[in-house]
Amino acid sequence: MTDRINKLRNKSLNAVNRLSAERASLVTDFYKSGVGDNLSAPVRRALAFEYILLHKYICLNEGELIVGERGPAPKATPTYPEINLHTMEDLEILDARKKVSFRVDEETRKIYREKIIPFWTGKSNRERIMGSMSPEWLEAYNAGIFTEFQEQRAPGHTVCGAKIYRKGMRDLIEEIHEAQSRLDWKKDSAAPAKNEELKAMEIAANAIIGFAGRHADKLEELAKAADDIQRKEELLRLAGICRHVPAYAPRTFHEALQYYWFIHLGVITELNPWDSFNPGRLDQHLYPFYKIGLEDGTLTKEKATELLQSFWIKFNNHPSPPKVGVTAQESNTYTDFCLINLGGVKPDGSDAVNELTFLILDVIEEMRILQPSSMVQISHVNPDSFVHRALKIIKTGFGQPSFFNTDAIVKELVRQGKSIEDARNGGASGCVEAGAFGTEAYILTGYFNLPKVLEITLNNGTDPQTRKSIGLETGPADCFQTFDELLDAFASQLKYFIDIKINGNNTIETIFMESMPVPFLSLLIDDCIANGKDYNAGGARYNTSYIQGVGLGSITDSLTALKYHVFDKKTISMTGMLKALMQDFQDFGELRFELVYHTPKYGNDDNYADSQALSVFEIFYHAVDGRSTARGGISRINLLPTTSHVYFGSVIGALPDGRKAKEPLSEGISPVQGCDVHGPTAVVNSAAKLDHIRTGGTLLNQKFSPSFFDDEESIQKMTGLIRSYFRMNGHHIQFNVVSAETLRDAQLHPEKYRDLIVRVAGYSDYFNDLGEDLQNEIIKRTEQIS
Amino acid sequence: MNKGLIFEIRRFTVHDGPGIRSTVFFKGCQLGCWWCHNPESRSSIPEECIKTINLDGKTFYLKETIGNWMTVDEVIHEIRLDRIFFEESGGGVTFSGGEPLMQHDFLLEVLKECRNNGIHTAIDTSGNSDPETLEKIAGHADLFLYDLKLMDEADHIRFTGVSNKIILENLMHLVSEGREVNVRFPVIPGITDTDKNVREIKEFLLFLRKKNKSGKPLITSLLPYHSSAKNKYRRLHVDNKMSDMDDLTRESLFPLKNEFEAEGLDVRIGS
Repeated sequence: MTDRINKLRNKSLNAVNRLSAERASLVTDFYKSGVGDNLSAPVRRALAFEYILLHKYICLNEGELIVGERGPAPKATPTYPEINLHTMEDLEILDARKKVSFRVDEETRKIYREKIIPFWTGKSNRERIMGSMSPEWLEAYNAGIFTEFQEQRAPGHTVCGAKIYRKGMRDLIEEIHEAQSRLDWKKDSAAPAKNEELKAMEIAANAIIGFAGRHADKLEELAKAADDIQRKEELLRLAGICRHVPAYAPRTFHEALQYYWFIHLGVITELNPWDSFNPGRLDQHLYPFYKIGLEDGTLTKEKATELLQSFWIKFNNHPSPPKVGVTAQESNTYTDFCLINLGGVKPDGSDAVNELTFLILDVIEEMRILQPSSMVQISHVNPDSFVHRALKIIKTGFGQPSFFNTDAIVKELVRQGKSIEDARNGGASGCVEAGAFGTEAYILTGYFNLPKVLEITLNNGTDPQTRKSIGLETGPADCFQTFDELLDAFASQLKYFIDIKINGNNTIETIFMESMPVPFLSLLIDDCIANGKDYNAGGARYNTSYIQGVGLGSITDSLTALKYHVFDKKTISMTGMLKALMQDFQDFGELRFELVYHTPKYGNDDNYADSQALSVFEIFYHAVDGRSTARGGISRINLLPTTSHVYFGSVIGALPDGRKAKEPLSEGISPVQGCDVHGPTAVVNSAAKLDHIRTGGTLLNQKFSPSFFDDEESIQKMTGLIRSYFRMNGHHIQFNVVSAETLRDAQLHPEKYRDLIVRVAGYSDYFNDLGEDLQNEIIKRTEQIS
Repeated sequence: MNKGLIFEIRRFTVHDGPGIRSTVFFKGCQLGCWWCHNPESRSSIPEECIKTINLDGKTFYLKETIGNWMTVDEVIHEIRLDRIFFEESGGGVTFSGGEPLMQHDFLLEVLKECRNNGIHTAIDTSGNSDPETLEKIAGHADLFLYDLKLMDEADHIRFTGVSNKIILENLMHLVSEGREVNVRFPVIPGITDTDKNVREIKEFLLFLRKKNKSGKPLITSLLPYHSSAKNKYRRLHVDNKMSDMDDLTRESLFPLKNEFEAEGLDVRIGS
């Protein structure tokens, strides 16, 4: 690592999270001015975007090679009052909460108290959403049956494709003009709306060019003042780059990175879209520039490394914008999930691994920072050497990169109707979500609490936690004569809540379509320009809305326990079981012991248990898949929890699998914590029984002690494990390599483990930043010891 | 139908031969090595033991039977579950124990079935078997993991309970017949790591290397002593002669590895 990078890295690691009122203040100024009042929503939003970029402070950090910050300083994190409005209490919580706090200084509080809160109260998108939801939706939401992604953040979930490396903003403006000239004003009733959207995109394109220009101005000023000749030259070189990109297509490796970074800042300044906007297939996009640079002598491997490292630090400077209300208190582990994809296949299906892939893996290992996150796409056509290199980074124990099955992702996307080329240009983003990069708006709409639906089914439509009747009356549980009757009741109950969720999704999509267009993001995702339609309004080539099932292991083991003990072995009556659950196993110690130790469990390659996982999968899949959405998209399922399995567990009483009230649920498609006792091949076989191809992503987490990665032979064996899972169409597998002892010690002595990063659920976080319950849960996940 | 007494089929074993493997543990062994880490494998009859489990502050007692009589089909079914992993990693199944050769009729049937299924097989053995039986098994197995413990016969009798005469002869025979063999040398402080034993083992290995007709290198694995079986001894009420011994680290075997490698031997630590 060069001295320059070392300094920048330390500065980033030591920077304190702060809340910045800059953006909130600017956007309030803009709305107060009335300039946008009589304009169409897209144009108003584009002008707001332009206003922010024109007036925000230009932050340049000493020595950096990639420039631009979202806030006025690294980790100074903006808010988005037009989406969700922080109250003074929220600011208190953010400042005071133990994990991932955001310092809120007196100045920020004052601006919030006097300017932001008075103006936006009653006007934020969140308030509009909550005011538009049906009573059934609100009841289910409050009971913890599902969460809602768009309540606090704008729809995001898309990844930048290859376009920006071939086209500058000026080229895109040309395309906008062409699209405008093609509008059929006589026959197309949507022509006026399309024209407004295209006008807005042009404003946004010019705004980002202007923003880069302001950086160039400031760099030139600094150059003038610089005494050191070398520094002066460097500043002028950076200024030159900012004059060229994003206005024009990049010509060099350096310009390509800087171009992407301006785009990234634009997307996360326009609104706070969910999570994952990122450069996607970075090794593919950059490789032509890398090759040309090496050939014409303008680039060396060392220089490329330093530029990539500088780029990496920019991501780490940008924490996820903090939430409001109860989620501000609870969701303390969020980092934004910028998941860089490496490897995979080219559009023609051939091996995409190149020497830059390996160079980027070196960068990941050396940087060892939380963001950006990284993953490797592994296709059967990729060489083992690539898998080996990635596994060696896993051994260093910071949870990156994660392993994805390119061949499965391509099949998933093609099944959904994407062209084979678009599918091969895709990958996974966020946690594990499959998407066609640059061409798809794949929006996660919320987690869905599968075990909670069982709890309500067992109580004939009533939530035992609140005694409110919020579901269908599917009959008293002790009247079910067979397991199939119970399963049918569960299916009806699930369908009922999915209908509520999808109706809610459609209302929310409509709100975003009408009042929160994103003309800047729309510039980047095909075919928004050609369609003259906003990203949030279905302008993308492909539009997908996901509902993410959570707690598959817990629901499977609970159903299995009921089948085994109540219906097959008849060791306990349903009435007895319900009583035990109601009492949280108080006075039912023997029963709990039987449930935990003498009952088939998912994750052990035991069909008796695994068949319930398949039943739940089919019920969930058929309730969701294929249903159309308001913006013309299609609903799909995936199975991933992020950290919601902790929250979802907290709203459920005891479950028939022996889990006690309030404990976390299982995560992703992993077995219930500690219940997989036949090793990783059994887990993999169980997980592979699910039809991953009919999902948009599944998450399987496996914890290993570092010894599994000791030498070449061990690495070869782990490669075999991955290849086997992927041959069975498994979507994703993640390895956590830490010992339980280490983690316990880290709980006792957090000060000694400040750099300890663990995989939480498809992403990594600092162990110290996790809540105690999450820490405990990670410790509990079965350590596979051979 | 022929049945075998098996006490465990463990999946994803990565230290019992090449690739990802399943290991079938046969119950019953004529040896009584002081450092044995499978004390439950010694007796040739099923045994019962009580496991205690604490749950919610209460202690539960779990009765477990060690050793099940299994049919060939049952064993093959379990093995086949991980076939994809074997294929992708170049692995297979290892028959260990106990001493698998003690149940050679059953073992032979299982081996034949594995070959029919295209599954690579390894026999983890002490070599304490009559030569005809070994020869019969060898024709249907792909690899031997063969223990070489002590060269001195009296020491061998003292620390394992049996003579090493037939064991050494069998090993020479296998190697000269062209069978693929990995020699495993358990390094037990104060017992097998004496200067004399190490020197004699080294000489014997050099001799074996000359006789090796398998066309594959004769690999020697140094197995560092570990005390992971302490709990098992306690639970089974078996006398543990090594209860005070600490584990050896991998690193502590580096000098020995270097010493063997200096002679041109192909040495690994672990498996």
